[in-house]
Amino acid sequence: MDFLRPASWEEALAAKAEHPTAVPIAGGTDVMVEINFDHRRPEYLLDLNRVGELHEWEAGEDTVRLGASVPYTAIMERLRAELPGLALAAHTVASPQIRNRGGVGGNLGTASPAGDAHPALLAAGAEVEVASAARGTRMIPIDAFYTGVKRNALQPDELIRAVHIAKADGPQQYSKVGTRNAMVIAVCAFGLALHPATRTVRTGIGSAAPTPVRATAAEEFLNAALEEGGFWDNGKIITPSAVKRFADLCAAACNPIDDVRGTAGYRRHAIGVLARRTLTWTWESYRDARRTTEGAA
Amino acid sequence: MPANGAPTKITQGSHTKGGIGESTLRPDGTLKVTGEFAYSSDMWHEDMLWGQILRSTVAHAEIVSIDTSEALALPGVYAVMTYDDLPTEVKHYGLEIQDTPVLAHGKVRHHGEPVAIVAADHPETARRAAAKIKVDYRELPVVTDERTALAPDAVLVHEHRDDHHIGHVPHPNIVHRQPIVRGDAAAAAARADVIVRGEYTFGMQDQAFLGPESGLAVPEEDGGVHLYIATQWLHSDLRQIAPVLGLPEKKVRMTLAGVGGAFGGREDLSMQIHACLLALRTGKPVKIVYNRFESFFGHVHRHPAKLTYEHGATRDGKLTHVKCRIVLDGGAYASASPAVVGNASSLGVGPYVVDDVDIEAIALYTNNPPCGAMRGFGAVQACFAYEAQMDKLARELGLDPVEFRQRNAMEQGTLMPTGQPVDSPAPVAELLRRVKAMPLPPERQWESSEGADVRQLPGGLSNTTHGEGVVRGIGYAVGIKNVGFSEGFDDYSTAKVRMEVIAGEPVATVHTAMAEVGQGGVTVHAQIARSELGVSRVTIHPADTQVGSAGSTSASRQTYVTGGAVKNACELVRERVLEIGRRKFGSYHPAWATAELLLEGGKVVTDGGEALADLVDVLEGEAVEVEEEWRHRPTEAFDLRTGQGNGHVQYSFAAHRAVVEVDTELGLVKVIELACAQDVGKALNPLSVIGQIQGGTTQGLGVAVMEEIIVDPKTAKVRNPSFTDYLIPTILDTPTIPVDVLELADEHAPYGLRGIGEAPTLSSTPAVLAAIRNATGLELNRTPVRPEHLTGTA
Repeated sequence: MDFLRPASWEEALAAKAEHPTAVPIAGGTDVMVEINFDHRRPEYLLDLNRVGELHEWEAGEDTVRLGASVPYTAIMERLRAELPGLALAAHTVASPQIRNRGGVGGNLGTASPAGDAHPALLAAGAEVEVASAARGTRMIPIDAFYTGVKRNALQPDELIRAVHIAKADGPQQYSKVGTRNAMVIAVCAFGLALHPATRTVRTGIGSAAPTPVRATAAEEFLNAALEEGGFWDNGKIITPSAVKRFADLCAAACNPIDDVRGTAGYRRHAIGVLARRTLTWTWESYRDARRTTEGAA
Repeated sequence: MPANGAPTKITQGSHTKGGIGESTLRPDGTLKVTGEFAYSSDMWHEDMLWGQILRSTVAHAEIVSIDTSEALALPGVYAVMTYDDLPTEVKHYGLEIQDTPVLAHGKVRHHGEPVAIVAADHPETARRAAAKIKVDYRELPVVTDERTALAPDAVLVHEHRDDHHIGHVPHPNIVHRQPIVRGDAAAAAARADVIVRGEYTFGMQDQAFLGPESGLAVPEEDGGVHLYIATQWLHSDLRQIAPVLGLPEKKVRMTLAGVGGAFGGREDLSMQIHACLLALRTGKPVKIVYNRFESFFGHVHRHPAKLTYEHGATRDGKLTHVKCRIVLDGGAYASASPAVVGNASSLGVGPYVVDDVDIEAIALYTNNPPCGAMRGFGAVQACFAYEAQMDKLARELGLDPVEFRQRNAMEQGTLMPTGQPVDSPAPVAELLRRVKAMPLPPERQWESSEGADVRQLPGGLSNTTHGEGVVRGIGYAVGIKNVGFSEGFDDYSTAKVRMEVIAGEPVATVHTAMAEVGQGGVTVHAQIARSELGVSRVTIHPADTQVGSAGSTSASRQTYVTGGAVKNACELVRERVLEIGRRKFGSYHPAWATAELLLEGGKVVTDGGEALADLVDVLEGEAVEVEEEWRHRPTEAFDLRTGQGNGHVQYSFAAHRAVVEVDTELGLVKVIELACAQDVGKALNPLSVIGQIQGGTTQGLGVAVMEEIIVDPKTAKVRNPSFTDYLIPTILDTPTIPVDVLELADEHAPYGLRGIGEAPTLSSTPAVLAAIRNATGLELNRTPVRPEHLTGTA
């Protein structure tokens, strides 16, 4: 196994172009597990730890450009206001030691349906910035990024540079079910973001389908219901029947399997419960914020 | 003799600092928390090779052929061995029944069975070489449960049994069967106003010790081998290893290496023989370290069990009878199954007075992973079931579950189902009273002015509830565990104690073969020596086979038995020291002849406190050394038809109250508090006692809500051999564990002490289950409870 250590992003892209089978490694929290278990024996490891800019983030006017290697700890501690859903997801990642090493780039590279960041990225509406030496930079919308079980839209010569995530324009929530209270791989997970600016709701479901997915039918139903009832403007409590319908549609968006971590039936059930609860929490926050704004005006 | 129930007077040395009853700190504690402690996996030897084991990929198959040629051709490979390369006629081993092949011969009987071994100059080379060994399997049907094991045309896991149990078992796929019949359960059932029945399932728990199996075998010039090894019982290993190597026991030297936990999982051999074989074959030191994945295949697990119970009671809340049948899955090899059957049956009724019982326990041979010793050893599975039954009965009778248990609680003098009287304190009702009397944790602790504190809620930082669906439940349980090896086993221990002057100070050296696996024996032995010999400096000699057997570090027995042996040896040393003193100084003071003499603070003193001589002067130019075996009271075998017999040495009791918060919609559980009360007879080291109780309690919690090895019922293959999917409690899953320690002396035991390590593992699980039932109203007849079971989505 050859260990490639590019000193810059350009060198990294050149190395990847020269050795398309090279496996990029940053925090190593996924890759090293696979190597230690001998599930994978790559010909080349491409160490990205010397590429400093991957550890940086920039908060712009509307979006955060989050370097692929920014560790979960930094997301939790430094980007709570801008990326509340992703910060909640970061809290649920493994242990403090792993949160100090692992970043969103690794989650995206592995593209496991159980990756903790995915539901939050889907709900917030992210774009993945990837690059190759030959073709330069391109942006992949998160909705088009996950292409199969542990497969993504990257070309063999491409590397993930950053993720662009819209700064929260409304409340976001993230919930993950595991069978212990910390350090656990998701049995299933759910992310929800309210986007008052566009009067839309977005969702993300983890570990309950072959890839991370959005509950599009549920979103469409809720968007219509909120619009129709004037809820964005009147800030009324969403009717329980609408919440239930939304939750049922989220559960129906799952396509889960039975495995050692849980049954398909449980995953579908739990996603319904999480959808109901996260909608209730975010809508309550939205109403609170609205009341505060009105009170101040 | 002290009165029963009164704390025992310490005969000697109570004034010496660091003696028994003090919470002296572990000598290895700082090293362990700072990462400096050398575990068996850290060992290194110049020029050493690395051993690797090739394990079966299927559970039950004939081995058609093994081709090792490609592995042998790999550069860096020094040896590849299969069954055909074993050097003597002894090719099997086992704790009681020698049914386990050192390397598979013609057949594999479980997933992960060792088939071949490799030695190479690098661990990765050894792994690759093992992967190049070609094994051609012809798969056989698998035996996975009672139905497939006992069917008329069942496949036999072992075709040619000649062990001493085959004569009394009804089927060759039953390892051992123990009925226990006392009184007339059928007649007593007619007197019952209420009868409850239940079928219970206990999942397969793993010891999950953190230091994987590992050791280093170094060939010696005399043709022997020196094995540095993490184990629970050096001499038991030695007895099994030497015949396979074709060496006399004195040519197999063994030294205990740093042990990273055991919990029963190191009672059986793992890589011991393999490392020695490779070292003798290559003439080089060979180290073997399992990784976590291999560790799940490298040791036995707790027996999963199916338990069927019938309990009856009169309207006034008195038990009339208990009938039960306990089916333990022993897996492919016997390991400790016969003794686990003995425990499950003899302790199957729990700490209650019941005159009419009809009990049957069996262990099966199947193609599932081999099961054997684990903390609680058969008593754990039974406690889970009989405590569920006690709650069911209390509910039927409209009685408080604690009150109902107290009405039936055994006490000193009660007869066990085996007919054996409980002849030391059995404060079962008192332990229940104490856990019930502890203040309850406040309700809704997650509520704060800034919203819900999710850390206090089920799901924790996974943020699954802010209080929605959360219901509190409270449950109680109590259990009974035997201490020491039972059923007539010669359960002795040996201690060698030396006393001499080193650098102007009296020093005691304690040498035993006791395996320190984390239980704290090294701390306690030094305390005993200080108390008995009045010295402050005690050296604990490394454990090895240069001294007689200390028995196993299991069955809650080491402080009792090896502690007893150390105490006994110290007393003999003390007598010899006093003889020397009388000889040297007797003429200077009449008290040498007339007074009761003690060793305290480095001096010989009278019982009146007058100092007669410094130990330095007494021992000037003379060292005193004693090596002596020590035995507790003998026990008897259980009658094979009736189960009657004085089979146990001592009993240990603990009670728990569990407080849980259950997210009833998601089926997630947070255990808020697990209060425990336990009688320890005498706390030789109170801090260690609390640690043992909290650890045992947590291990019981683990199997209540998460810990389970999942075996595919169709293929008998293990599906979750890693800490990714075999979950053990993290600190965030571990509740507050207030502990109330009783010290009621057992007059038969050294210092009145009671073995403590296992009892808290028993009652913890059923208390948590009872609390979850209390919160949800569900029946919950299996453990661990998974979210599916609480949400109807299993």
